[in-house]
Amino acid sequence: MLSMTQLMPALPEIVLACTCMALLMLGVFRGDSSTRSVSWIAVLALVVVGVVLTSVQSGRMVAFGGQFIVDDFAHFMKWLVIIGSSLAIIMSINFNEQESIARFEYPVLILFATLGMFMMVSANDLISLYVGLELQSLALYVVAAFRRDSLKSSEAGLKYFVLGALSSGMLLYGCSLIYGFAGTTSFDGLATLFKGLGGTGPSVGLVVGLVFLIAGLAFKVSAVPFHMWTPDVYEGAPTPVTAFFAVAPKIAAIALFIRVLTGPFGVLIADWQQVIVLISIASMVLGALAAIWQDNIKRLLAYSSIGHMGYALIGLAAGTEAGVRGILVYMTIYLAMNVGTFCCVLAMRRNGRMVEGISDLAGLARNQPMLALSLAIFMFSMAGIPPLAGFFGKLYIFLAAIESGLYTLAIIGVLASVIGSYYYLRIIKIMYFDEPAEVFDRTIGREVKIILVGTTLFVTFFIIRPDIVVSGAGTAARMLLAG
Amino acid sequence: MSDFPILSLVTFLPLVGAFFILLIRGDNEVVARNARMTALWTSSITFFLSLLLWTGFDRKSAAFQFVEKNPWIESFDISYHMGVDGISVLFVLLSTLLTPICVLASWDAIKVRVREYMIAFLVLETLMVGMFCALDFVLFYIFFEGVLIPMFLIIGVWGGQRRVYAAFKFFLYTLTGSVLMLLAILAIYLQAGTTDVPTLLKYALPGDIQYWLWLAFFASFAVKVPMWPVHTWLPDAHVEAPTAGSVILAGVLLKMGAYGFLRFSVPMLPIATDFFTPMVFSLSIIAVIYTSLVALVQLDMKKLIAYSSVAHMGFVTLGIFTLNQQGVTGAIFQMLSHGIVSAALFLCVGVIYDRMHTREISRYGGLAERMPVYAFFFMIFMLASVGLPGTSGFVGEILILVGLFQVSTWAATLAATGVILGAAYMLWLYRRVIFGKLTKDDLKSIMDMNRREVAVFTPLLVLTILMGVYPGPFLEIIEVSVANLVDQHKTAMAAVEALSVSGR
Repeated sequence: MLSMTQLMPALPEIVLACTCMALLMLGVFRGDSSTRSVSWIAVLALVVVGVVLTSVQSGRMVAFGGQFIVDDFAHFMKWLVIIGSSLAIIMSINFNEQESIARFEYPVLILFATLGMFMMVSANDLISLYVGLELQSLALYVVAAFRRDSLKSSEAGLKYFVLGALSSGMLLYGCSLIYGFAGTTSFDGLATLFKGLGGTGPSVGLVVGLVFLIAGLAFKVSAVPFHMWTPDVYEGAPTPVTAFFAVAPKIAAIALFIRVLTGPFGVLIADWQQVIVLISIASMVLGALAAIWQDNIKRLLAYSSIGHMGYALIGLAAGTEAGVRGILVYMTIYLAMNVGTFCCVLAMRRNGRMVEGISDLAGLARNQPMLALSLAIFMFSMAGIPPLAGFFGKLYIFLAAIESGLYTLAIIGVLASVIGSYYYLRIIKIMYFDEPAEVFDRTIGREVKIILVGTTLFVTFFIIRPDIVVSGAGTAARMLLAG
Repeated sequence: MSDFPILSLVTFLPLVGAFFILLIRGDNEVVARNARMTALWTSSITFFLSLLLWTGFDRKSAAFQFVEKNPWIESFDISYHMGVDGISVLFVLLSTLLTPICVLASWDAIKVRVREYMIAFLVLETLMVGMFCALDFVLFYIFFEGVLIPMFLIIGVWGGQRRVYAAFKFFLYTLTGSVLMLLAILAIYLQAGTTDVPTLLKYALPGDIQYWLWLAFFASFAVKVPMWPVHTWLPDAHVEAPTAGSVILAGVLLKMGAYGFLRFSVPMLPIATDFFTPMVFSLSIIAVIYTSLVALVQLDMKKLIAYSSVAHMGFVTLGIFTLNQQGVTGAIFQMLSHGIVSAALFLCVGVIYDRMHTREISRYGGLAERMPVYAFFFMIFMLASVGLPGTSGFVGEILILVGLFQVSTWAATLAATGVILGAAYMLWLYRRVIFGKLTKDDLKSIMDMNRREVAVFTPLLVLTILMGVYPGPFLEIIEVSVANLVDQHKTAMAAVEALSVSGR
């Protein structure tokens, strides 16, 4: 019999699930006219979930027979997911109305996706991992194709679905192999099993299963060579959706990646480290090189996010506490930079239509100096130039890499960041050095403006007290690896 | 006095000014005027404040002074640690002196986006001063690399024809070097457990990793200096940058690399420094001779002075790696002198560029007829660049050569030929621009320097002469810290020697 106390760790998820269904009802009965209120209620619900999350006592707790785990790491990641999701909803409100795609399903789908991400972050079993992942993915396939009259958006959704299904299949195949060779799906069980192996090493079947699992997860974080969907989906999906894709699912997937590899498979680091190193290098290099030739800002940001995932994976390759801490810091900063950048992309509207060409930004510094300044700050930050926040993200990641003796990886990483800085600089060049193009419409909503200012200030003044984020990340990392 | 955070004030005051400029509202004309005034006031006040460093500096101590230390990133054990010693204090003054001069020099030359321009310069000043004051390695790095942002914009927005190319080249070249240094900093942190510079100066890093770390530092500093063969960004950046941008670039930014050698490479990595000294000598001598020859054939004035900068910085690196009292003192003195003289020379080019909008040498000639005052100022700075006794250039060069002679006769001989070549290209430049007959029609109506321009040059002129005839007060500040540096290096090498002897 399930008692209430056993459910307590999952309280935020329960609240979220109930809200989702209630909002769905509300939307169905009130029709599309309720979109605005549903959206704001959804944001409010996420805030409430955040409060509940904080009030649930911290410390390591499991529920549902060990399938579900809550610890500081999960808290940290869930907070990032909440921020990413709620900002994505807020960014979409005006946009969807302007593009006449305002439907109440949108915020509800985002909430369902968020619920799936919560499950991913807290998964402590291969089964709950898969359930969370699929809940998230199914909701995401739909929002990718949300502008259903647009060929591009439908294509994006379909492409995402087909490739996503493939990756889910690989992941599931990996899970079943692991189950077949280990006899358990529980992370705790797997951990005990691998620790008991001693020096003999795992069987080949387990390693193959692990590789399939990694492939599935790499797809979700869009790491090379499983990145092909990213540019198309980013370009095709409506911009707020792209902003959402760029942050929340990546955060959840990285969390899952970390939990799986450092948790049950932590002892097998010798078996998976080289795979992660390879994926990381490939992502950084491809992210840096491929973005150079992009003319569409959303495609460019897609490659940029591929590169960023490469950096985050450096921390995972280190596999240490410092590495996990580095990833958490990196993802926090990544969240702020990306949300802010996409706010700027939302402002790129001319004569009532969205424009996405990089050349459309020409001379923005003279037409809208503040917008240009914000975007320039984000670009410098993404390039990792101090004193902006992006530098600190890279700093902690590389610290972990050097500490673990991954010198080659670190050197390739910093050199890729130099190459990558070229295309970030190109955007700044277009905004600041080139002759002004036509002005943008000033239809960007007040709430988007607030988000933009907030993220800009965060990225600029992160330097004053980095410890606020870093110490939180440090605690989360310590707990994850101690458990 | 010791509680008064003078260094932080000098460092961050320009940012306050930049913030105020950001708030200025109104139409373009008003904004431009107010931005200029605010920038001039802020940078002047900063300069006068920084004079407190000159008066309050204890010349008998090699320790860091005006120290401020506050916890900053505790999870990384990084503190906000500021302080200056005899090596860095004069560079702080150089930076604070050149900024108001730059603001004044851009008074009429910059007509578009004045507000952004002034903000960029004030931010740049903060970063430069902060870099020379930082006593934490990560803090240093943040200032060191942060400089790229305003400089990139200054070259790219207000630069000449090929400004985009130059700005990108500058940025990417410097960044490539810097990121490798960042890895080295992290490696040192993991080895020594701290990034605090005074602690690291006493920490003996294991010999085998010193070589790698030294090379990583070298990648960063050599690009900044710039040393041959990674100097190619400099002529482009100089030619395309606006006058004031060139002034800061030559005056302060080039010194950052050499300062890095002095502050980090030499004292922290003595074994590697000793090992790589022949390489540095070779590269520096190539720089001195080769770039002097290249300077001889330049058609563009700015490019000529840019190449002369590379040659002069070659002298500086020679001086630093002599690792004796005269050589290192001379190197620092030469850096200061070059900071003033090359800045003034770029300003000289700026004066006629503002009038004629060309930097081609062949477009000028016989300027002495119409511009006697200008000819006078240009002559003094040109002679200082050549190293004429009685100007600041002489003191640095002779000290370096004296120091170098003790270490390597060959290097000293070759370097001395550089001095001759230097005289050749500078005198020839002067002859072609100033002397001769004034035959070109468009020059016949050219006006001499106005009062603002004279005001810009006067402090530089006074300093050039003062440092030439009475270098005592400057050397006095430098000497003790240099002696300490040289001693430390000797002790470190002696310890290694003893170890290898006992190992036999």
